[in-house]
Amino acid sequence: MLAGGLSHERDVSLRSGRRVADALRAVGVEVTVHDVDADLVTALSELRPDVVWPLLHGATGEDGSVRDVVELLGLRLVGSDARASRVAWSKPVAKTLLAASGIRTPEFVTLPQALFRELDAPAVLAALVDRLGLPLVVKPERGGSALGVSLVEVAEDLPRAMVECFAYGDTALVERAVRGTEVAVSVVDTGSGPVALPAVEVVVDGPYDFDARYNPGRVEYFTPARLSATASADAADVAVRAHALLRLSGLSRTDLVVDADGVPWFLEVNVAPGMTETSLFPQAAEAAALNLGELYRDVVSAAWRGAPVSLR
Amino acid sequence: MTTQPVPDRETSGQMTPSAAAAGTRLDPWLGSYADRTHGMRASEIRALFAVANRPEVVSLAGGMPFLEGLPLEELAALASHVVATRGLTSLQYGSGQGDETLREQILDVMALEGIRAHADDVVVTTGSQQGLDLVTRIFVNPGDVVVAEAPSYVGALGVFRAYQADVVHVPIDADGLVPEALDETLTQLAAAGRTVKLLYTVPNFHNPAGVSLSAARRPRVLEIARRHGVLVVEDNPYGLLGFDAPPRDALRALEEDGVVYLGSFSKTFAPGYRVGWVVAPHAVREKLVLASESAILCPSNASQLAISAYLQTFDWRGQVKSYGEQYRERRDAMISALSEYLPSASWNVPEGGFYTWVRLPDGLDSRDMLPRAVTARVAYVPGTAFYYDGAGSDHLRLSFCYPTPERIREGVRRLAGVVSGERELVDLFGTGGVAGGGDVQAPSPDLS
Repeated sequence: MLAGGLSHERDVSLRSGRRVADALRAVGVEVTVHDVDADLVTALSELRPDVVWPLLHGATGEDGSVRDVVELLGLRLVGSDARASRVAWSKPVAKTLLAASGIRTPEFVTLPQALFRELDAPAVLAALVDRLGLPLVVKPERGGSALGVSLVEVAEDLPRAMVECFAYGDTALVERAVRGTEVAVSVVDTGSGPVALPAVEVVVDGPYDFDARYNPGRVEYFTPARLSATASADAADVAVRAHALLRLSGLSRTDLVVDADGVPWFLEVNVAPGMTETSLFPQAAEAAALNLGELYRDVVSAAWRGAPVSLR
Repeated sequence: MTTQPVPDRETSGQMTPSAAAAGTRLDPWLGSYADRTHGMRASEIRALFAVANRPEVVSLAGGMPFLEGLPLEELAALASHVVATRGLTSLQYGSGQGDETLREQILDVMALEGIRAHADDVVVTTGSQQGLDLVTRIFVNPGDVVVAEAPSYVGALGVFRAYQADVVHVPIDADGLVPEALDETLTQLAAAGRTVKLLYTVPNFHNPAGVSLSAARRPRVLEIARRHGVLVVEDNPYGLLGFDAPPRDALRALEEDGVVYLGSFSKTFAPGYRVGWVVAPHAVREKLVLASESAILCPSNASQLAISAYLQTFDWRGQVKSYGEQYRERRDAMISALSEYLPSASWNVPEGGFYTWVRLPDGLDSRDMLPRAVTARVAYVPGTAFYYDGAGSDHLRLSFCYPTPERIREGVRRLAGVVSGERELVDLFGTGGVAGGGDVQAPSPDLS
């Protein structure tokens, strides 16, 4: 189990890693938790684990690079391979690919900080508001846990949202904010194809920010989400298709907004969904009456049965 | 501005007959928490500090003393000797007020700052932090005012918040608390009908500002507090860690009845023992002992006896001096690196203690900038941590106590890159001067 790393989400990753490790140990799986540090390659080479589960959030944990190293060592990965992670990790790339396959996703633009250096920043922002309207969501192109994410209701707030976003990364994704029911659909594949778990609906007092995500109390979760049967099936279908189209493996979590007409809008997909005590994936699994330890073990077993990833 | 789209249930039209199903907030005790708990929030700032103790990161954030200068083998032998010879005391419950021998020895420590007291006036606590908690507990009702320096030690603000006090900040300058401003603030608060219970001050090598209250101002501050009927809480963990001049007389040395003094072995010896103390006027001391007994029964005998043996057998004055020399070397490294790499900022040159208080170039926000700093592998504490009211985003605290001088230079070099990156961003978007939201959030103290 790889947990920690040097990303902004180190703390969340450490908590996720401990939770999953405990659940696996409870069902008889031998687990060693290791940080991503200078000793990692040596440790993996010596230990030669049956499988490596990178439960890393943010940066090298999700962008595929740590997964590349695991593959380089000829070890089996739990979850998606490096190539698929790299694609899913970039929100604009994932959105573009899925939109091409007919999945609805809010209209967006991707803006590197360097662009603003060359162009007149206020003019670019004004054009942005003209084109996409308000409200807008500004978020780092990569990353999770709502870090650097803002909902912009009035144009005057946009510059500050850009500054907050660029503190976390050098490229911003600005998309039209879709109003509706916010749901997360977790997908698991234990060897017989991807299956959606019940959607978790997130209702929050104020913003669904870092505090709301990790400090119980401000968010009310409804599992299954309070959607019509059709909307529920459509949301599950989008999550499973996203998982398949992006060639993800093992497990993923797709975040969606279901609008007033029941249409699910794809926001982003996570190849290493959070597994803390307040995270959405474990809630979905429990709502499906699945034992977490057994579910994680089945995911691990499926990874172990698969061939070690071949280097490309 | 808020973050993330907020679901709008009223317009969603998605509610089915099963909509009555109860959701969960993942905490069945949500309705049970005390009012004082509701202000506690998870912070991305605290989470960002999770990377600060990784070796790749130069942490200028934490306030950990540089313990590598301690003679660890001899201290180990001493601890072993204490258990072997006095184990039945050392491992047993002890006095709620603290070990009597240690209280006598504490008088010797305080004598260096001109304090004359009786061992009966001393209450040993689990770090001076517990002393502050007890003082606040016995004096402060919800809504009472605590007056404190602007900025002020984040751990104290946390205590005041936990007891639902209002903190009113008073400006400081290079000579510490400004007496005229203090007088004016207390006068205004009285006129507004507010009840001011405590004046909380760190008079020596202030955390985070690095300044000390001048000798000339000390009697004036005491006179103002006395005139307004406000008890002074003198928090003095750093007083003996001056780099050049001998220690100044403590406020408690100048006045006995109006001052509660907080002392600590955490910075002058080792924080792991968690031993501090309070010196208070007789009647206050009685209540502190009762409050402490109800909180913890008694401070750790094992820690107290170990420290007592250390004070008895080691040249502790020499150790304090040696700490001071190490910190001066680090301070020098910090200041010269700031001059070299960050000339656009301004800072004070502390004459003791652990911290430099840096003012950022206009328009930059230390809280907004922290994620960028973490990416650049350097950590600091945003100035907002040291204010009760969200101010301070134009400052940051750099500590020079723990990293080596070379690491300090490297850390400041990285910070300079962060500042110039943020500068560019703020200039691009013209957001300078917009104050960020502040809250009382800082790393736990063990972030080297």
